[in-house]
Amino acid sequence: MDKILIKNGVVVDPLTKTEIKRNIYIENGIIKDEPSRKLKDPAGGVKIVPADNLIVFPGLIDMHVHLREPGYEYKETIKSGMEAAIAGGFTSICCMPNTNPVNDSKEITRFLIDKAKTLDLINLFPIGAISKGLKGGSLADIGELKESGAVALSDDGNPVEDSAFMGRALLYADTFNLPVISHSEDIKLRGKGVINEGVMSERLGVIGIPSAAEDIGTARDIMLAGYYGVKIHIAHVSTIGSADIIRRAKKAGIKVTCETCPHYFSLSEASLLDYNTNAKMNPPLRAERDRKAIVEAIKDGTIDVIATDHAPHSRDEKEDTLDAAPFGIIGLQTSLPLILRLFYDKKISLMRIAGLMSLNPANILNLDRRGSLKNGYIADITLVDINKEWQFTESGIKSISKNSPFIGEKFKGKASAVIVGGKLLTEN
Amino acid sequence: MSFQKKDLISIKDLSASDINYFVETAKEFKKIFLKDIKKVPTLRGKTVVNIFYEPSTRTRSSFEIAQKRLSADSLSISISQSSVAKGESLKDTVLNLDAMKPDAFIIRHSESGAAHFISKLTKASVINAGDGINEHPTQCLIDIMTVAEEKKDLSSLKVAIIGDICHSRVARSDIYGFSKLGADIYLYAPHSLLPRLTEHKNKKIVIAKSIEEAVKDADVVIMLRIQKERASYYFIPSIEEYRNFFKLTPELLSLADKKVMVLHPGPVNRDVEISGSIINDNRTHIFKQVENGVAVRMACLYILMGYQKIHG
Repeated sequence: MDKILIKNGVVVDPLTKTEIKRNIYIENGIIKDEPSRKLKDPAGGVKIVPADNLIVFPGLIDMHVHLREPGYEYKETIKSGMEAAIAGGFTSICCMPNTNPVNDSKEITRFLIDKAKTLDLINLFPIGAISKGLKGGSLADIGELKESGAVALSDDGNPVEDSAFMGRALLYADTFNLPVISHSEDIKLRGKGVINEGVMSERLGVIGIPSAAEDIGTARDIMLAGYYGVKIHIAHVSTIGSADIIRRAKKAGIKVTCETCPHYFSLSEASLLDYNTNAKMNPPLRAERDRKAIVEAIKDGTIDVIATDHAPHSRDEKEDTLDAAPFGIIGLQTSLPLILRLFYDKKISLMRIAGLMSLNPANILNLDRRGSLKNGYIADITLVDINKEWQFTESGIKSISKNSPFIGEKFKGKASAVIVGGKLLTEN
Repeated sequence: MSFQKKDLISIKDLSASDINYFVETAKEFKKIFLKDIKKVPTLRGKTVVNIFYEPSTRTRSSFEIAQKRLSADSLSISISQSSVAKGESLKDTVLNLDAMKPDAFIIRHSESGAAHFISKLTKASVINAGDGINEHPTQCLIDIMTVAEEKKDLSSLKVAIIGDICHSRVARSDIYGFSKLGADIYLYAPHSLLPRLTEHKNKKIVIAKSIEEAVKDADVVIMLRIQKERASYYFIPSIEEYRNFFKLTPELLSLADKKVMVLHPGPVNRDVEISGSIINDNRTHIFKQVENGVAVRMACLYILMGYQKIHG
């Protein structure tokens, strides 16, 4: 029997809303009551993990990750992605279906799950496609995806253009209680835009993406969910407008949840100066007022989840013009330190971070017994040294791709280890 | 007992006692089927026009046989060889036929409300033989009669209706009909194929959370056909997936009441919405439904002609 005792950490549990210095005892991968002293056999093989001066979070979950396997292993593999996730403090990641072949079938979903099992690192929860081949023309075999282990559906990267399709997809997915993660965007309005439409797109002389493209998409998808009375999760919220629409929809009782990414509350379009392709992603970095609005939306509870939208691209692909370089940045190793900046700026509490990065994604994705450190829960745990000062360097990137706008940044706070189902893993 | 309406357009227009009257009358007509000469002179001298704007095997032949057994003079307009093919409107077609003084029209049309529309154009009686996704009242009466032959008290029954409810005129009529008689209705379908029920709030109509919940302890299971075209309009992913998750299988059926009756209005997609083995099972009453179809249509014609005699 595997027994672990995490000693003297400050345990932050968003389910019971407790933040207290205590021990956590794990037996066979499950969090349990610590046995009384009498019963404790010094030779009983309890592994002690000292957590003095560490924060103990329920294992962090990143519900929006692009692993590039199968098909684009030169950008990222399941293994390299997981190693980056471990360094970033994640115990679970959810991979988007835009691989090659697309994950719109039980075969690919099973391949991903089997591969993760073989690697035996962290938890991998596949997200299946809404439409076959991400083409928006016919529904993927959604029941089959659910049965083979997909935890959600998304056509991320290829927004669903046809409203009838989206409505029926939401309804059909609801039959299987499978959450739909919507990349909400009016793609015709995005057109050939490459960065946010505004001061910077004018200055650089490149085609802009209007923030209205995101707002319209968000509004439509929320209206459909509200009309049909079903759930929807809006991915990577980046604009004032989207945040506002979601805030109002929640007040009106629509079953909407949403995520934002660390770059949307950390950076603005100013990062695009010098045509920096490592600051090009979709949705694009917005104006400073949008960035501030996202921070507000995190503070007031409008935003439920921080996800990375980790999107590796090779050096060759990114070393190109702003027009030609692909959208996307990596984010697994910088997500926690970036959200900790909001903590140090006194914008949010550690409890809120545990909700945003663990309990809320677990609830949205119906992940059983995850997202909390209550007894009986699966022992997915993230240990964080919130005082550690360090610098994010290119050589420290575990991902195969290095496309981050945060290289060279100094941070305070870093995951020191993760425990996944009772198994201790540290960055190597 | 008599029926105070010229037409049979919708089950919504019938009271519970009207429904029972139609069913009891049909049971009487059914006795004729056992005789050597299956014909009565009841509608001698009456003219019935069948207009079928949609393909139909069962319903059309059932109506035609009913008319022959009642000794009515009937003719069937085949749309492909009629003036409709030349572009004549529904209104003009009916007005022209009406000028020949028929006593009843039987109409099947792909557009909802077609039977209602022509009933306003003619003094003849109109029987709705299926209008779009709206209603199929004679099929509902058939289903009720088939169940009533085996079950004494319809008000205590659990009736499960499973399949493409949203596009089914049979489901719509059955929901009205069985709930008027007090049965509990359980509906199950992919949520993209459920109707948006707002009218039924006071009645016992349940959207089941699973096919198991719908079938469990059911006294009657009505399975509906899924059309392949539904996948092209994104209501379902594919026929293969429909088969995997929404088909009535012997295992599922074992959850139902021991004396469960399985109905299907036809045409059946074997092993798509229902396992082929169930169709050959003695719990399945598909051919009984077809048999009762003739009796129900005889009853409908008889009752409406009775109305014409008094009010016409």
